Amino acid sequence: MSPVLAATAAQNAELIGFIILAPLSVIAALGMVFNRNAVYSALLLVVNFFCLAVFYLLLSAQFVAAVQVIVYAGAIMVLFLFVLMLLGVERAEILHETIKGQRVAAVVLGVALLAGMAGAILTGVFQANEAGLAAANANGNVVGIGRLLFTKYTLAFEMTGVLLLVAGVGALVLGKTRPEDEQPRRRRTRTGTGDPGPLPDDEDDIPTPGEPVDTDEPLAEGAETDDDQEAPEREPVPVAAKPSETEGSKA
Amino acid sequence: MTIGPDAYLLLSAVLFTIGVAGVLIRRNAIVVFMCVELMLNAVNLSLITFSRVRGGLDGQILSFFVMVVAAAEVVVGLGILVAIFRKRTGTNVDDVNLLKG
Repeated sequence: MSPVLAATAAQNAELIGFIILAPLSVIAALGMVFNRNAVYSALLLVVNFFCLAVFYLLLSAQFVAAVQVIVYAGAIMVLFLFVLMLLGVERAEILHETIKGQRVAAVVLGVALLAGMAGAILTGVFQANEAGLAAANANGNVVGIGRLLFTKYTLAFEMTGVLLLVAGVGALVLGKTRPEDEQPRRRRTRTGTGDPGPLPDDEDDIPTPGEPVDTDEPLAEGAETDDDQEAPEREPVPVAAKPSETEGSKA
Repeated sequence: MTIGPDAYLLLSAVLFTIGVAGVLIRRNAIVVFMCVELMLNAVNLSLITFSRVRGGLDGQILSFFVMVVAAAEVVVGLGILVAIFRKRTGTNVDDVNLLKG
């Protein structure tokens, strides 16, 4: 095959790939935004990421295409789905608008933004002189990228390593449960499920929400020495009453 | 007939706009995060297109760095979401209007 024929074949492949995948990626993105179920949104976003990976291949950026599939479609979307499943997916989204007319304004401003960008692109400043990557990719795309990454961009590359380390430590700190958060959660789950469970020693005489609270009587008698004992006993009452409220609003 | 950079840049603009509209419309914080990812990907597409227009690999390296930053952002952001969810009942972005925990 002559080089000219090969070039036209590659161009045809690019054309066909673009015509098929460009509408698909736009449809997937729209479906992601307008789908009620967040899990479907995540899966449609994966479709979009795969389409973009193919675009990167068509643009002869093989390394970035591989990273796109591994990092985005693999790692990041798995993290998204994991958090979705962890937080529960059955919860309905609240649909009332906090700011009146926000959705209409969002669509109108979005169309305006698109018109502005499209107008800038269609002036044709990028059309005229496309250099192509044949020279830069002469030794292969990965070799070229590696050479640049470890010569010209070494500092930036190492900074991204530090950034990832800081992000990992930050996620660890955010995900850690502090002991003061632990206490009310344990009570809530115990009263919520109705399972009595082992009672901690200082909570033996918490009144259940239905029972009349009789801790007022010793206070009315005016025994001042009881005050330091009363305070920790009376405090759990609103905590124990809380789960019934939240359950009522959920149901 | 060939596909010029204009087509890729227009597609990138469309995807970016969909992401912006999604951030403004949706209330679920996780979906808002996904829309932010969509915008980052749209920008990556235009960076790689510019890389081919210029004939150098710098644009591809920049998009690689964008991916790294996006990964770090997702890790921290989802960590914050889980921490918020531990105290509250939902992932509605309008419920979280104070920095105070």
